[in-house]
Amino acid sequence: MLIAVVVAFPLYWMVLSAFKPASEVQSSNPRPWTLNPSLDAFRPVFDHQDFGRYFLNSLLVAGTVVVASALIAFLAATAVTRFKFKMRTTVLIMFLVAQMVPVEALTIPMFFLMRDLGDSVPGIGLNTLGSLILSHIAFSLPFAIWMLRGFVKAVPESLEEAAYLDGASRTRFLWQILFPLVLPGLIATSVFSFISTWNDFLFAKSFIISATENSMLPMALLVFFKDEGNDWGGIMAASTIMTIPVLVFFVLAQRRLVSGLGGVVKD
Amino acid sequence: MSAVAKGGRRGGLGASRWTPWLYLAPALIVLAALLVYPIYQLGLISFLEYTQAQVSGGEPATFQGFANYTELFSDRQFWEVLVATLVFAAVCVLSTLVVGCGLAVLLTRIRAVSRLALMLAALGAWATQAITGSTVLVFLFDPDFGPVNKMLVWVGLSGFEDFSWTYDRYSAFALVLFEVVWCSFPLVMVTVYAGIKAIPGEVLEAASLDGASNWRVWRSVMAPMLRPILVVVTIQPIIWDFKVFTQIYVMTNGGGIAGQNLVLNVYAYQKAFASSQYSLGSAIGIVMLLILLAVTLIYLRLLRRQGEEL
Repeated sequence: MLIAVVVAFPLYWMVLSAFKPASEVQSSNPRPWTLNPSLDAFRPVFDHQDFGRYFLNSLLVAGTVVVASALIAFLAATAVTRFKFKMRTTVLIMFLVAQMVPVEALTIPMFFLMRDLGDSVPGIGLNTLGSLILSHIAFSLPFAIWMLRGFVKAVPESLEEAAYLDGASRTRFLWQILFPLVLPGLIATSVFSFISTWNDFLFAKSFIISATENSMLPMALLVFFKDEGNDWGGIMAASTIMTIPVLVFFVLAQRRLVSGLGGVVKD
Repeated sequence: MSAVAKGGRRGGLGASRWTPWLYLAPALIVLAALLVYPIYQLGLISFLEYTQAQVSGGEPATFQGFANYTELFSDRQFWEVLVATLVFAAVCVLSTLVVGCGLAVLLTRIRAVSRLALMLAALGAWATQAITGSTVLVFLFDPDFGPVNKMLVWVGLSGFEDFSWTYDRYSAFALVLFEVVWCSFPLVMVTVYAGIKAIPGEVLEAASLDGASNWRVWRSVMAPMLRPILVVVTIQPIIWDFKVFTQIYVMTNGGGIAGQNLVLNVYAYQKAFASSQYSLGSAIGIVMLLILLAVTLIYLRLLRRQGEEL
């Protein structure tokens, strides 16, 4: 119980500070409660810097990435678990190695790539949300495939044979039988791609240079850090708003997540 | 691999040889374009003279051979950062595993209410992203307004009145360590907990009837049975912690005073974007890639030794 308190304390303090009046946040005598909760800290967040816009941008990018990478990863995971072909192990190892790539180091060439792409294909160059979506799909795929593998494997082979004997086509089996069975796993996997995308401030910082209307949520947080002293109330309020969607997503996915990870374990 | 006949396949009726490749195609195309190609570019840049003049001025880049690497390897700071990264990542991974496994064992022994509370708290920590988590911790440990120092003083520890955690190198690293463990132990905890639940109860009962201590039960009964899981949950923290970026960047303000808290990833970023030495930054990236590649090979060997098939 005590451990639960310690683990939850930072979150509690974040929400608490968001609702404290400014004088109490910047007080040298911090108290673990507040007698006059106020929404003052939230006001500059909503007024300032198109916070709502950033929020929608982040939601749009994360949503697209989650759906797209789940579908692509599902197909790839099926390929490497339900087929045996010559390069199977090589492809698998490649996916594992791809996870190791330090994203931050790749920002430099990615930046040039996006710059050049933008010249030929409008919509995915620098300063666009498309560039962020594409990069995040690429970086969440390897882990998603690696994780989904266990779920696809867990579906018994006899089921597949039975489906074909009943005359189901390959495509039909894939989407109408395998897909629903793997769905819990897909949701568990989505949690990871959602978090990493929602979290990102590196790509947003590097690719979105001039078109600030296409910026992402974490960038808005940085506005409250000032040289002359950080606006902690605003930071905590913005952080709280940023955490809520992830928490919602987590609570929705929680049961499947735990049973899903159990599934990986049994494998 | 050995079981696969040459060109052999399995997978029901009418499976053509190309079907798996058709399924793999979207993933491979995306990865080739956005991962393999940039890595190739990264390697290329690390052999070139590449600065602001080449980026925006369109000046031709000249081939340097290994000059960037020699410059890097003769820089004392690089070695310091490399050692710091390795030690820091190792400490992070170990702490995450110890905390995660310890709490997973604890979860199996406490009452349902406490278990739910701990589970929810862990999920909350998990849901908090690196950037918000780091920010909140910086605030908690703030020398002026943070409650942690006040609590330490209240408990009776002296010297914490105006203690700045980010000023000293080791306390700053400790702070980052705390954040990293805080947001990555839930994965280990939940997975290991699910694994322990899968161990038949009789086995554990028999062990404690035989008078084995808690530590003994973990070491001799649980750990061997959980080994496959432990192997799986170890690799993720290793990958994450070696590449730690956001936490260091946010909490120590880009690498700490005079770069005392730099790790490789932040170092590469600073070199490339703060001082426009893109080729040096790329060279550091390549070094990181090679180290992680070595780790992957060791990991694969471990998997194989366990007789696990990919």
